[in-house]
Amino acid sequence: MSPERKLRVLLGKPGLDGHDRGIKIIARGFRDAGFEVIYTGLHQNPEQIVNAAIQEDADLVGLSCLSGAHLYLFGEVVKQLRERGAGDVTVIVGGIIPAEDVPALKAAGIKEVFFPGTPIQTMVDWVKNNVKPL
Amino acid sequence: MFDKKTLDHSQEGSSRRQAAENDHHTGHPAEKPAAGNPPNSYATVSNLPIKPLYTPADIKDQDFAQDIGFPGEYPFTRGVQATGYRGRLWTFRMFSGFGTAHDTNQRWHQLLRDGETGLSTAFDFPTLMGYDSDSPRATAEVGKCGVAIDTLADMQTLTGGIPLDKVTTSMTINPPASVLWAMYLVAAEKQGVPWDKVGGTIQNDMLKEFIAQKTFMCPPEPSIRLISDTVEFGTKYVPKFNTISISGYHIREAGATAVQELAFTIADGIAYVQDVIDRKKMDVDSFAPRLSFFFNSHIDFFEEIAKLRAGRRIWARIMQERFHAKNPRSLWMRFHTQTAGCSLTAQQPYNNIVRTTTEALAAVLAGTQSLHTNSLDEVFALPSDFAVNVALRTQQIIAEETGVINTIDPLAGSYFVEALTKEMEEKTLEYIEKIDKLGGMLSAIDRGYPQMELSNASYEYQKRIDSGERGVVGVNRYKTEEAPLTGLLKINEKVHEEQIKNLKHIKRVRDNRQVLKCLLEIKLACRSDKNVMPFVIEAVKAFASEQEICDVYRDVYGEYRDPGYF
Amino acid sequence: MENNLTEKIIRGDVRAAAKLMRGIEDNLPEATDELQKLYPYTGKAFIIGITGSPGVGKSTLVDALITSFRQRQMTVGVVAIDPSSPFTGGALLGDRVRMGKHNTDAGVFIRSLASRGWAGGLARAAISVMYVMDAMGKDVIIVEAVGSGQGEVDIRRLADTTIVVLAPGMGDEIQMMKAGILEAADVYVINKADKDGAGILKTQLEIMLGTKTDYQNEWKPLIVPAQALHGKGIDELTAALLQHKDYLYAGAEIMRRRRERAKLELAAAVEHSLRNHVKMILESEELNTLADNLAQRKTNPYLAAEQAVHKAMGKFREC
Ligand SMILES: Nc1nc2c(ncn2[C@@H]2O[C@H](COP(=O)(O)OP(=O)(O)O)[C@@H](O)[C@H]2O)c(=O)[nH]1
Ligand SMILES: [Mg+2]
Repeated sequence: MSPERKLRVLLGKPGLDGHDRGIKIIARGFRDAGFEVIYTGLHQNPEQIVNAAIQEDADLVGLSCLSGAHLYLFGEVVKQLRERGAGDVTVIVGGIIPAEDVPALKAAGIKEVFFPGTPIQTMVDWVKNNVKPL
Repeated sequence: MFDKKTLDHSQEGSSRRQAAENDHHTGHPAEKPAAGNPPNSYATVSNLPIKPLYTPADIKDQDFAQDIGFPGEYPFTRGVQATGYRGRLWTFRMFSGFGTAHDTNQRWHQLLRDGETGLSTAFDFPTLMGYDSDSPRATAEVGKCGVAIDTLADMQTLTGGIPLDKVTTSMTINPPASVLWAMYLVAAEKQGVPWDKVGGTIQNDMLKEFIAQKTFMCPPEPSIRLISDTVEFGTKYVPKFNTISISGYHIREAGATAVQELAFTIADGIAYVQDVIDRKKMDVDSFAPRLSFFFNSHIDFFEEIAKLRAGRRIWARIMQERFHAKNPRSLWMRFHTQTAGCSLTAQQPYNNIVRTTTEALAAVLAGTQSLHTNSLDEVFALPSDFAVNVALRTQQIIAEETGVINTIDPLAGSYFVEALTKEMEEKTLEYIEKIDKLGGMLSAIDRGYPQMELSNASYEYQKRIDSGERGVVGVNRYKTEEAPLTGLLKINEKVHEEQIKNLKHIKRVRDNRQVLKCLLEIKLACRSDKNVMPFVIEAVKAFASEQEICDVYRDVYGEYRDPGYF
Repeated sequence: MENNLTEKIIRGDVRAAAKLMRGIEDNLPEATDELQKLYPYTGKAFIIGITGSPGVGKSTLVDALITSFRQRQMTVGVVAIDPSSPFTGGALLGDRVRMGKHNTDAGVFIRSLASRGWAGGLARAAISVMYVMDAMGKDVIIVEAVGSGQGEVDIRRLADTTIVVLAPGMGDEIQMMKAGILEAADVYVINKADKDGAGILKTQLEIMLGTKTDYQNEWKPLIVPAQALHGKGIDELTAALLQHKDYLYAGAEIMRRRRERAKLELAAAVEHSLRNHVKMILESEELNTLADNLAQRKTNPYLAAEQAVHKAMGKFREC
């Protein structure tokens, strides 16, 4: 047998803001890096994102939020993943996030926070170094 | 535009310059490369190639009277006002709103004391999307990105102590624009200000939402219908109000090039004008003078100036040739400008002041009617008081110290600026033609055409930055280790509770039978071709909440969902 | 993988099922074992295949069909296939965007698959993933193929009922007709019926179907106009699908179709198995010996290959 493992990444935008420029750039960048990217679309609540992540067996969930509701929304996704027995899924986030919120996000179980201006390659490298197919 | 001697002369000069450049590339010692990082390619931020030198030859086909002309005269390339900024300075309008209506009202009073001359409202996401503060979808979003408005009571608090006959207010609101506008009009009425004295702007531009910003509620077709209702109502009863602010700002922020921003915005404008004419059988000159525009001023100084100048010329021609407008005011492209949020960086945030200044200057040199300057910390959060103040002062310095306002359209006649203006115009017209071929903007959106154009442009742009082809100071050039910015604005988590409490109270004390009756009437109006506005105004007066009214829209028209075009 | 995985899956455990699907996709050996245990629990679901050019509205239609089946108290599985990039191997799987509202419905399981180089509009794992959903007890499974104009044949072999979606203004109606689509569908959907040209398209299709008389069986394809985006025509479509299902079960047709699918499965399984053998041979020690012999001209490539395959087959029979 010859396993052919591919990284599966689910990208979601929880909450009500519709600024999807960033997440779409990342989706294309990740695809071009050879990942399989599942995009959930806008205006999804944490439960919808978590269910999709589980059904898709995502190794990585990437979330973007520019509305200021990130602490709650990101935290909910991690919490619900854990409740559903999928706490091993890596969660990374980006958006308009004050640096002072980073410790709280990390404490909530978010692995990495990417700020505006991060090159795609930096994110791709981070993923390759930190996430393996589950 | 020039005689043969001048053109010959230009030609010779260009050849001499080319020879000098060739020498330079072959290692001629005369010209040393400048310090720092020279760009890898000489192109605008939109990747439009720029020539090393512009001469009369580059604008020889332009006709002074037809293409450039005078301010206040067709085709308005040089501005819509004959008197430029001597007649009236642009409006200093700072976008603001956060927390409760009370919080925002306080900041507004502060801004007016500081010399701001117009108000501009940022609403929170639940309000923008037509949800009340007590909706489960509003969790953690109430008051975060703007002010939360649920009912007329909130609107009255928001405008408390502000003379609505003297100060104009711009409201960045789209799917529920009819509702918020109704609240504003009723609030004015309760202040004793008649509607014909109330001025301001509702953004009310849904097409750019489908294209770029993605704050949507109902599908495009009924969304347009609601917009035409507001245009009709405004024309009849609120003649000083701009009922649509046709916006390129968000299109640009979503990754468009300068040309795409201009082209899609104008194509949106065409769709609105056409719909009002077709649906309402209104004369174009009766409503077109109240259409206003809203553009982005990005970091590429001359490209932005050229874009805005070209925009005025294109719009004037379209209004005259396509819609046969006769009133000169119908031909005016009046616009508000905001500096580019997307040009700001999280790295070395104080540099953002310089970016904003440059962008603001471009907007002023292009003759904007109104300006918002971004605050240096907007990449992290809503702006702090300090940052807002610096941004406002930036405008004041430009207006009062730099002298750029002394003469009208000072860059006119520049070989480069006029050539670039023309190029912007031609490229924009190509796009507009393409959209016409697709059956107009609604049909183009349905096919995902503008959405995909943006998605491609933004990805290409990111790749140019990532590869270092395009320099961004602090991001891919001159990087430094730095401490995070502190003193950011924090939204009090109590806001949510307070909003819910107030809303509950109102729902208890109002006449619920009256509310239901009003909502039913809105529903009937939605199903017919009656204008919904009078019914929305009645509902608002009865303290129907924003969501209650929007739920009627959603119920009748259905909900639009993100098609997720890449 | 855990021992009680089969049990978990037939009880409807989403995470367990998703893990197995992943194992199948990634070609993990234990996944094949597990699938074999699950096999007896499959064969109950009604399988609908959907194909048509990109952008005709397949995913939107699936979204509407999910709603419709759920209203009929039926549980639904969806396998949505999008192409992998031939250059990077990556994929952007966006079909789910249109089905977002079902994300919180426990009666719906949506799985996106990248084609991973598999031709014919499907993915190698598609059938197996479908079977996992089947074993979970999903009443209906909808498979959305990559619309390529080529995948119709494969999807027809996979599904009980095949829908071909057409829409006006896509510019490829004629193309699709030429590509043998006329043999493919049990039900045609003329989607985007809200647009100009839908009526003409329907008439064109009717004429083309009308001139074709040699239906191998009595089923004459149905044409259903719809507006997937606005939920219109969906009840009619669901009714047409169920009507076709009744037709299949009324006669021998269902067996004929399932035999077709079995052939497809067998072909995939054989290819899978052989590919593994090829790999085994190419990575074996003997290959080195054979290569030495060959280099010294003690043998010729054809004979060497025969020997290697023969030997591998022997091993194959043992296991
Ligand atoms: N006008 C109209 N557009 C539709 C209809 N159904 C789907 N669409 C649109 O067609 C586009 C492509 O739809 P999608 O389901 O992704 O197509 P797929 O590529 O075949 O899966 C989307 O923008 C849909 O909103 C319809 O009935 N009418
Ligand atoms: Mg699809």
